[in-house]
Amino acid sequence: MARRLPRKDVVIVGLGWTGSILALELARTGLNVVAIERGPWRDTAADFNIGTAPDELRYGVRHEMFLRPRQETMTMRNNSSQTALPIRKWGSFLPGNGVGGAGMHWNGQTWRFLPDDFRIRSHMTERYGEGILPEGNHIQDWPVSYDELEPFYDQFERCLGVSGKAGNLKGAIQAGGNRFEGARANEYPTPPMKQGYSQELFMKAASGMGLHPFPRPSANLSSAYTNQYGCSMAPCTYCGFCERFGCANSSKSSPQTCVLPALVREPTFEARTECEVMKVNLTGDGKMATGVTYVDANGEEWEQPADLVLVCAFSIFNVRLLLLSGIGKPYDAAKDEGVVGRNYAYQTGSGSTAFFEDAKFNPFAAAGSLGCALDDYNSDNFDHGPHGFVGGASITNAYTNGRPIMYHPTPKGTPTWGSAWKKAVHETYQRVTSVGAQGSVMSYRANYIDLDPTYKDPLGRPLMRITFDYQENERKMANFMAERCEEIAKAMGAKTATINRLNGPWSVIPYQTTHNTGGTVMGSDPTTSVLNRYLQSWDVPNVFVTGASAFPQNAGYNPTGTVGALTYWALDAILNKYLKSPGALVQK
Amino acid sequence: MSSIVKQIATLRPRYLLALALLAMPSAALADSDNYVDVARGKALVTAGDCVACHTAPGGTPFAGGLALQTPFGAIMTPNITPDNATGIGSWSADDFARAMHEGKRPGGTRLYPAFPYTYYTKVTRADSDAIFAYLRSLDPVSNTVNRNTLPFPFNIRSSMSAWNALFFTPGVFKPDPNKSEEFNRGAYLVEGLGHCGACHTPLNAFGANKSDKYLQGGQVDNWTAPNITNDARAGLGKWSVDDVVQYLKVGQARGVIASGPMKDVVENSTSKMSDADLKAMAVYLKERGATGSPAPSPVSADDGRMKVGEAIYVDTCSACHVRNGSGIEHVFPKLAGATIVAQDDPTSLIRIIIAGGRGAATDQRPTGPAMPSLGFRLNDEQIAAVVTYVRNSFGNAASPVTADAVKAVRGNVTGAAD
Amino acid sequence: MQTDDRSAMRAKFARPAEQPKHSGMSRRSLLATAALLITTSGATARVVTKVLPWRPNEAYPVTPVVPGGWLFFTADEAAVVDAIVDRLIPTDELGPGAKDSGVTTFIDRQLMGPYGGHDWLYMQGPFADKPLPTQGLQSPLTPRQQYRQGLAALTAYCKANFGGHAFADLSNDDKDKLLAGMEKGDVKFEGFSSRMLFSTVYANTMEGYFADPIYGGNKDMAGWKLIGFPGVRYDYRDVMDNPNKTYTLPPVALQGRSAWGAR
Repeated sequence: MARRLPRKDVVIVGLGWTGSILALELARTGLNVVAIERGPWRDTAADFNIGTAPDELRYGVRHEMFLRPRQETMTMRNNSSQTALPIRKWGSFLPGNGVGGAGMHWNGQTWRFLPDDFRIRSHMTERYGEGILPEGNHIQDWPVSYDELEPFYDQFERCLGVSGKAGNLKGAIQAGGNRFEGARANEYPTPPMKQGYSQELFMKAASGMGLHPFPRPSANLSSAYTNQYGCSMAPCTYCGFCERFGCANSSKSSPQTCVLPALVREPTFEARTECEVMKVNLTGDGKMATGVTYVDANGEEWEQPADLVLVCAFSIFNVRLLLLSGIGKPYDAAKDEGVVGRNYAYQTGSGSTAFFEDAKFNPFAAAGSLGCALDDYNSDNFDHGPHGFVGGASITNAYTNGRPIMYHPTPKGTPTWGSAWKKAVHETYQRVTSVGAQGSVMSYRANYIDLDPTYKDPLGRPLMRITFDYQENERKMANFMAERCEEIAKAMGAKTATINRLNGPWSVIPYQTTHNTGGTVMGSDPTTSVLNRYLQSWDVPNVFVTGASAFPQNAGYNPTGTVGALTYWALDAILNKYLKSPGALVQK
Repeated sequence: MSSIVKQIATLRPRYLLALALLAMPSAALADSDNYVDVARGKALVTAGDCVACHTAPGGTPFAGGLALQTPFGAIMTPNITPDNATGIGSWSADDFARAMHEGKRPGGTRLYPAFPYTYYTKVTRADSDAIFAYLRSLDPVSNTVNRNTLPFPFNIRSSMSAWNALFFTPGVFKPDPNKSEEFNRGAYLVEGLGHCGACHTPLNAFGANKSDKYLQGGQVDNWTAPNITNDARAGLGKWSVDDVVQYLKVGQARGVIASGPMKDVVENSTSKMSDADLKAMAVYLKERGATGSPAPSPVSADDGRMKVGEAIYVDTCSACHVRNGSGIEHVFPKLAGATIVAQDDPTSLIRIIIAGGRGAATDQRPTGPAMPSLGFRLNDEQIAAVVTYVRNSFGNAASPVTADAVKAVRGNVTGAAD
Repeated sequence: MQTDDRSAMRAKFARPAEQPKHSGMSRRSLLATAALLITTSGATARVVTKVLPWRPNEAYPVTPVVPGGWLFFTADEAAVVDAIVDRLIPTDELGPGAKDSGVTTFIDRQLMGPYGGHDWLYMQGPFADKPLPTQGLQSPLTPRQQYRQGLAALTAYCKANFGGHAFADLSNDDKDKLLAGMEKGDVKFEGFSSRMLFSTVYANTMEGYFADPIYGGNKDMAGWKLIGFPGVRYDYRDVMDNPNKTYTLPPVALQGRSAWGAR
């Protein structure tokens, strides 16, 4: 029986990027804000201590910073005809845990989606005709445009201190930046990172091929920086212990470095850690949220009443929380009806591995967002007509790390063990690089999230079930990109280059990416979306849901930049519209 | 009449006078029921940082119960909320003034100079009354503090009369007519409520500050309190007045970040003082003269300890403090030419490697960067080597550090051997 | 498989009664040094307001493995593992291999920690008999069980097919052929999947050979020296400023390197 606590103005579920930004900005107006986080507090000096942080086994392989599957996991299957089984050990994606969330253990790649991405359905139809859209798709235009989000992308980038070079300042194309990007009002807060030898080769080769490479925008900072909250960061030292790790020297943007020091000083803010929200509570008619119920570290249940509930858990966990709370109609794939769990998407990965006769790439000198990229094959920046697929990819040459347990490459055909393997490992480590394509995934009727009928979490609640596979469209696109990557790798001077295609069904075993999107999508039509354009629930107006679960489909980039922009955009609506007049901000 | 003049004209006369008094610390008249006095007292209490000592960890502010470590044992700070039974509720303004000026309680028993009455003696009667007025305005908190925790023979308070005779001269601050008003204001604050000398002056064997070494550096709670005379090498000689103001106001300046007890001073006290007062203190510190020992010859880079220290520094320290010791502004302290590195006493450098430390956090600079605790990773020899290396590289020159010295500090800050 | 069956299996394949010999060290002191991971970090503050939490001496290091003796393996099991890892990464002109780098010690100590029991994984049933290849790990067997049962099955297989010999006694050629067969799943053990044993040992060998030496393997950073990985050094700005140049500084581990002076 849950005991009821004194009412708060705002309760925030999950203290990652979006939760901490909303908490700070709302607490600053004097509202009483409590953030409830199921993982532990994390702080740089104690938890990312330079004497313990650079430990690949502990953090990279045993996943110490991540959510333990024992605490929550999900089941998966590739299509509805199969029986879903639990993801017992993380592979394909790595959900975060603890204060800072994914923003603590991420790589720092911070992108803006391209203007066309926000109206990809209309755009592709206009240019190529509806026939180009893949079978069974649920592609939807976003209910916001790039231009509307631009100032909020800017706000998020300034919070992080993102390092980069503008390619389009107020419509004027800038040398050294991404000529394809949407127009920006301001330069990046800090200049681009130092690039390595491999990136030098990539820039030269790609430019020589008539492509337009540029240094990738990075939240591993190139120089010391203090943000709008007075929080200070140090420059990146290219240590190569970025993703999966906390940053020991405050040079990777995270809630720890960018938000929390200012947030905890707000007198009306409180963080409760190691408390897991079980559900959002609703009034009897289901039309308003009254707060949340959570379980603390001792197993006690508490009810936290609040006027405003902000669901800021990681994307897929937002979906599950809404399903368990009865907010919005669950998606029924058989009938193609309902919205919660609909339009789940992911990211494609393909490319080329390039082996050089002689090079000293020093892959250990690396950072999560170090690298150069090109958008010539992203979004609709190229003619899709001859190819028969929609979507595109950002193509990059980068080293995020050279950590040896998981990275000891050998040429194709090398034995997997023995002296020959040992020799190949010894000779190859310094001489291999790769050109990779990170591509879009459209939404389909076939890919969705619902609740599993069999498997439960330790609290007895059903796990969520992910039904997902790459569709024909994504394979075609990813394989096209792999061929483009191989061309670039050859032009870089590689002695041999492999083509790494997106083959076979989606498997949970190898790590691919933690870019799970969709499930609580934003839209203009309540029959195909869970949230309106302000990330407000259509069904329960005092519930807002942040994160990549709002994406109608995924584009050819990492999601965090857009997640951040949407957060500041929703905040703007909450501050200037909702708090002044609580209720639905968009009529159904 | 203009609206402002109208407003002033309608103010009650006592407020007008009190407004004038705000700028004149030595004026008469203090009224414990008067808002202005209470407000003035609050500012003075901030300057004196009373809350830092008179609050137990996790306890109610001013209710006492903090164990102050002295060379003679631990002393528990008393409850100075106006509780009748356990605090100062039954005290008069005269009682309070006597405590401040003479180090005596009502009834005549003596206070230990852990309560820095040797400095507070300089505070004017009017200011003492204002402080008392503020303390009286707090909610009374019942908290009994054991005031007799020192071992024999230090628990004999009457022996303080001999100590006082030797080391204490009571007396309210007297401005120096040859110095500016700003200097005198700074002197009043530093020598009185600021009681900076209590930490920043070495102690003799009797626990009294060595008056001939005033502000030349000391040690408190296993932290080094550096020389804050105007000495070019070990003191504030290279700091500008603005640097000093900045440091007191936001906890950092010129690559220095306040940590340890100074972090608390900044957060509780100086960051809440007026810019004018901070500037006055800075002017006083910069203009009162320089005293410090000359630099020793630096330890040679070929010395075995320096080689070991360099390897450790390159491998793990440089990622924050940078290979050339320049640090990163606002985040990682500068080690090249740093005043704390130049001190004869290396204790802060040693203990911060072992136990870590958090820098001051203020509203303007909320980050409060923290040095991680590395006592688990480096043994006594290694810490001695890397501290010796830092003290003798990047243009620095200071005495080397022994493994035994590290061992002693480790025992104090962790209660364990390595 | 139901929980009862699993505990029955555990009992069936439990460690034999003989006590191992640890060359003078007590088992308790070895256990204390098993580099068990601290499972919670930074979990001191449940409610945070007003100030960032901070305490002196707060760090969460792993306890360094002290080599010598076995905490999980019997002497016979350790000999088999030694022999396997020695073939996977042999000692040769390029330097020490897995066995000489302490990989068996690494595996032994890892099995005593949360990894060994799959403590952090989702181990609730039901466990599917025929999962899809895309659905990954679905076995209820923990690494401890995999080693106990798998090594026993391998030993039994060698006895039956190599004239009563143990795996360690086979010629290098025979060992390599057998391991290759296990890797492909062509070799049929009694009651255990040879492929599962191979893949587990293989994965743990790579981990042990390339992990920080604090965990008992990668002795003297042999694995790191093989490829030129500098270890835990955290500042490569100078490398970025000097592209395509050989990196010359020796590697450094969590516990330092020889230039840090003897510990």
